[in-house]
Amino acid sequence: MAMMKALVCRECGKEYPTKAIHVCEMCFGPLEVKYNYEEIKKNISRKNIQDGPHSIWRYAALLPVEGPIFLGPHAGMTPLVRARNLGAYLGLDELYIKNDTVNHPTLSFKDRVVAVAITRAREMGFETIACASTGNLANSVAAHAAASGMSAYVFIPGDLEAAKVLGNLIYKPNVVEVEGNYDDVNRLCSEIAGEHAWAFVNINIRPYYAEGSKTLAFETVEQLGWRTPDQVVIPMASGSLLTKIWKGLHEMKNLGLVDDVRTKINGAQAEGCSPISTAFKSGRDFFKPVKPKTIAKSLAIGNPADGYYALKATAESKGSMDMVSDEDVVEGIKLLAQTEGIFAETAGGVTIGVLQKLVKQGTIKKGDVTVAYITGNGLKTQEAVIDAIGRPHRIQPSLVSFEQTFKVGKQGVVTHD
Amino acid sequence: MIKVRIPTPLRPLTKGQGEVDAQACTIIEMIDTLNASHPGIKDRLCDDTGELRRFVNIYVNEEDIRFLMGKETSLKDGDEVSIVPAIAGGTSCQT
Repeated sequence: MAMMKALVCRECGKEYPTKAIHVCEMCFGPLEVKYNYEEIKKNISRKNIQDGPHSIWRYAALLPVEGPIFLGPHAGMTPLVRARNLGAYLGLDELYIKNDTVNHPTLSFKDRVVAVAITRAREMGFETIACASTGNLANSVAAHAAASGMSAYVFIPGDLEAAKVLGNLIYKPNVVEVEGNYDDVNRLCSEIAGEHAWAFVNINIRPYYAEGSKTLAFETVEQLGWRTPDQVVIPMASGSLLTKIWKGLHEMKNLGLVDDVRTKINGAQAEGCSPISTAFKSGRDFFKPVKPKTIAKSLAIGNPADGYYALKATAESKGSMDMVSDEDVVEGIKLLAQTEGIFAETAGGVTIGVLQKLVKQGTIKKGDVTVAYITGNGLKTQEAVIDAIGRPHRIQPSLVSFEQTFKVGKQGVVTHD
Repeated sequence: MIKVRIPTPLRPLTKGQGEVDAQACTIIEMIDTLNASHPGIKDRLCDDTGELRRFVNIYVNEEDIRFLMGKETSLKDGDEVSIVPAIAGGTSCQT
């Protein structure tokens, strides 16, 4: 393996060795992994990928690890669901759901990035892994640390959903609940990271960690039969996922795995925290940080680290961005569940809500091959929907009680001889 | 006196110190003061036009200066200022 050449500053181009660093010393720009694409190209092919493991590691040549030991061996290769019912409802001929609600082991797309981060952290000799998180990342770091025998510190905001807090504690990492929002947690962690020799997956390991998101692009293309979609809808928190899906599509083209990338990239945020979408809609290439106020807590990043690059990627692809209200988020969750049987967390409601909006506006057209990225599981954000889904019908354990409640009549009831 | 927390990438300019003191009434004045005692620091924080670089976040007593008055944010005795690189990309300061 070892297809990494260096880390390179995305702003000024200065190169650094592939260590646990994330910021350019000269201009504070973010560092990104530079690969030896010529070497990669010699060995990569559709067949080699298809013969690889049923996980993100089938794309190991395009991930920033040396190998051959991969931690988080089952992350990725989640179903790409042909959403015929939702497609018909929205008026789309070919809609797919990339269903990361069933990612392994902690039911969100974060299992991809953490598998890459922890593998790289171990390669660099770290014994402690840490993160600042809106919930899903912390769950994944905690689980992967437990499985790999590393000690873990996860830092979360004080107002997280109960299931996301429990989903940390069960793995017994050090769970640090910070009195403040994610941006406060993030700032604190940036300072802690300067003082401790830990692998902070979304800070000093970020150049490696973020690359794991590319696998969502790779898998989509492979599962579509080596086609790129016409339209994708991606939820945005820091904006990193959107940026990396765009990058992944182009890597596949540059390596000859697909002929062309004609994908329009569309970003989705909740109205209560939409710094990136707001900037896009007002035609700016920079954004103003906000104080988040939305039920979509996994997307509640008011000062999104990759917002600038997300705006750039969307503009390059001639895509769009939009935002939806919290009510629409709940409706989006219900719509996806009730048409496709997929229970998404609030970020999924944001994605479906924005997808619906873009179709209504005519931005996404009937014939467009469209993929919506559903990145987390609804069982983790039950608070968001609990008052909007009705109650069970309570009856006595008798046939009479059932018939009185439902009054279905005899039509359609199978009678036995 | 203002306490200023220095991020790792700037510590070579502060002889390794993670915290330095400064006397200043605004953020921009603080940067100039720091630059006088630790030459080169201003070039790292500000671009050619004197604006704060896109990937530099500055907080006064934990509050992002973009929610205050930007680089004109006023400072008083005892304030704590943190200079923190944006985690990956970041924001422009043209507020």
